[in-house]
Amino acid sequence: MKNKEPLILVVVVAFTLLTYWLVEPYAHSVMHKHVESENFAYADLAPISKTGNVANGKELTMGAGGCTGCHSITKEGVPAGMDPVTAAGAYGVNPPDLSEAGVVYDAKFLADLIKNPAHALKVEHKFDAAKGQMHPMVAFYGAGGDIDQEVADMVAYLQSIAVTKEQLTPKMAYENACGRCHEMRYENWTQIGEKPSFKFEKDSLAFDIQVLEYQESLTKYMGKLPPDLSMYIRSRNEHFLSTFIENPQAHLEGTAMPRVGVTADTAHKVIEHMADSGDTKRDERASVGMNVMWYILIFAIFAFLWKRSVWKELH
Amino acid sequence: MAHFTKATSVKDWLNQRLAVEKVEKVMASEYWIPKNINFLWAMGMVLAITFALLLVSGIFLLMYYQPHVDLAFDSVNYTIMREVDFGWLWRNIHGVAASVVFLVIYIHMFTGIYYGSYKKGREMIWISGMLLFVTFSAEAFSGYMLPWGQMSYWAGMVITNIFSLGGLHMDGLVEWIRGDYVPAQAFLSRFFMLHVLLLPLAIMGLIGLHFAALRIPHVNNQDGEEIDFDAESKKYLAGDKAGSKVMRFANDFMSKDMMVVGIFLIFFFYLVFYNYSFALDPVNFDPADMLKTPAHIYPEWYFLWSYEILRPFSVNIGLIAFGFAQVIFVLLPWLDRSPNAVPASRRGAFSVWFWLLLIDMIVLTAMGKLPPEGIFSTIGLVAALAFIVLWIALPFITMNEKKV
Ligand code: HEM
Repeated sequence: MKNKEPLILVVVVAFTLLTYWLVEPYAHSVMHKHVESENFAYADLAPISKTGNVANGKELTMGAGGCTGCHSITKEGVPAGMDPVTAAGAYGVNPPDLSEAGVVYDAKFLADLIKNPAHALKVEHKFDAAKGQMHPMVAFYGAGGDIDQEVADMVAYLQSIAVTKEQLTPKMAYENACGRCHEMRYENWTQIGEKPSFKFEKDSLAFDIQVLEYQESLTKYMGKLPPDLSMYIRSRNEHFLSTFIENPQAHLEGTAMPRVGVTADTAHKVIEHMADSGDTKRDERASVGMNVMWYILIFAIFAFLWKRSVWKELH
Repeated sequence: MAHFTKATSVKDWLNQRLAVEKVEKVMASEYWIPKNINFLWAMGMVLAITFALLLVSGIFLLMYYQPHVDLAFDSVNYTIMREVDFGWLWRNIHGVAASVVFLVIYIHMFTGIYYGSYKKGREMIWISGMLLFVTFSAEAFSGYMLPWGQMSYWAGMVITNIFSLGGLHMDGLVEWIRGDYVPAQAFLSRFFMLHVLLLPLAIMGLIGLHFAALRIPHVNNQDGEEIDFDAESKKYLAGDKAGSKVMRFANDFMSKDMMVVGIFLIFFFYLVFYNYSFALDPVNFDPADMLKTPAHIYPEWYFLWSYEILRPFSVNIGLIAFGFAQVIFVLLPWLDRSPNAVPASRRGAFSVWFWLLLIDMIVLTAMGKLPPEGIFSTIGLVAALAFIVLWIALPFITMNEKKV
């Protein structure tokens, strides 16, 4: 009698793999739109042609540019005009602090944003100046000189005050780029910042109410409350997250989420932070996995040897 | 009253009270297994081991899981996945085992069909097996509700809703199952009870029945040979181990079972650590939201074929087809009219039937996941019709089969 087991094994494995391929990779490729990454090149935005002057940029940012009317730059001692809840009440969302904007955001994006926010953010479907729908961030129309030079100066200034790319942590990247709209409960993060641990429940509840008020303004502004991102690393895959951050419209046409204009490095760090929230045990998984695989392999070898010794007498 | 003597050893003490030696013989060393069986006969043991993995990992998860609509999601994704030491490991084991157990069940079932192991005294094995399949399905479905994610909620909604569809219109029944108009706390609590108590109890009882049903007819073999177990076992016990057509269950066949289990576990733990997302659907990592229907609602892969039998038809016909698919496998021993309990390869038309059924179920599985549009819905419809036709044709095909 010839041994049919290898053939049976091939048949079982082939049908298993076929079924797996059909219901997993193939079905998902049909169900989900595939969006190619553009490597955060922002090819639709014009490159910065001028070399920026930091000192000039500082003067413009603090003065004629009008940035500090709404934005704080805590690093440079410029405080916020309003607390986040009041600011969200006024603008829909709290305007970001600009201390690290120079490293978080792409330079081309910043330049375009200063001149035409709705365009850079890709929310022109929501904010059409012709229809009187103004974006809450007022565009910069120039301070009297060459506007491109002025914008380049401001960008250079922002870059000069920001930490270096190496110093930007995943947490900072998330808080700057996403954190004013997206909660991350598993990291204790709310849209108005990390929730401190309060001694009295009354204070804790007061904080929660502030968050709720902020969320109410944000919901009105965005159409719906942006989701908590605690588990997004598991509910969406990395490729989706990266291409979504790069250009939300490419995935979800008409979405209220703006293109945030982060650099490739920042996006990478944002995703890492999401993994720090939703997949905390990934390193442990890899190392435990290795040990278990070795253990099972040794078990299988012993089982095989045992079988061989038992079956020797059976033939 | 039985006569007891002073025990000479612990074993003797137990023997007088529990007849352990006798039991050991009946269940292991003199439980005779044909030699001409291949590794497919180890799938039963693989299933038993996988069930054990489910049970143990489930007990660990149960220590932290909270069956409350406001807490369930976080108790799984925060407490178990982040806070508890190795909580993630138990969850991955539980999730992957729940999926893989169905792969092995399907292999085990199709092995039974291929070798005709459901007839000639083996009907009870088949029926208890099908009951296991049904309870396992209910166990998997109820477990899927527990993390209270988007897929839990919406799959729970869609599946319980089946009874209210079309001519059935049993809205009262749907409400009764849910304990509410929509899946909510009452729904979660009762599925929790089913998942951790009633269904596991039923499964354990059924596994006992399945094993008991096997003991008397013995397992089939890959040549469909009728073996005289008494004569062959005598030969074995007389020392002609090589000449006998049978072997002991333990240690003879068990050593092979363990070898197959070892290979299976390599595959299983590879999935647990490196490729688990097929078993833990990404959509279920979004918390349940009754106001937001997911773009695609689909059951886990092992339910897809029967889901696809429901879907391509108009509501009433779909329900009938679905009901048909749920019960038809149980009737296999009676729909197969041929007396031959030999491998399908020697049964002519039945062999064609077998491979068509297998391929058809794979096609149904794939179409059940794909969106029901264009060519996919046509293929789905044809495959669903083919499934029904195949089963209706079975008695006619097998009636005229020549005796081999
Ligand atoms: C978790 C569930 C199950 C367990 C633990 C289990 C276990 C076993 C074991 C240990 C055997 C003997 C060894 C073997 O032939 O593999 C067996 C045989 C068998 N099982 Fe199952 N089984 C399960 C589910 C099923 C299902 C769903 C079916 C199909 C309806 C089924 C049908 C059979 C048949 C027909 C045999 C006899 C095979 C033969 O005589 O050659 N079992 N089962």
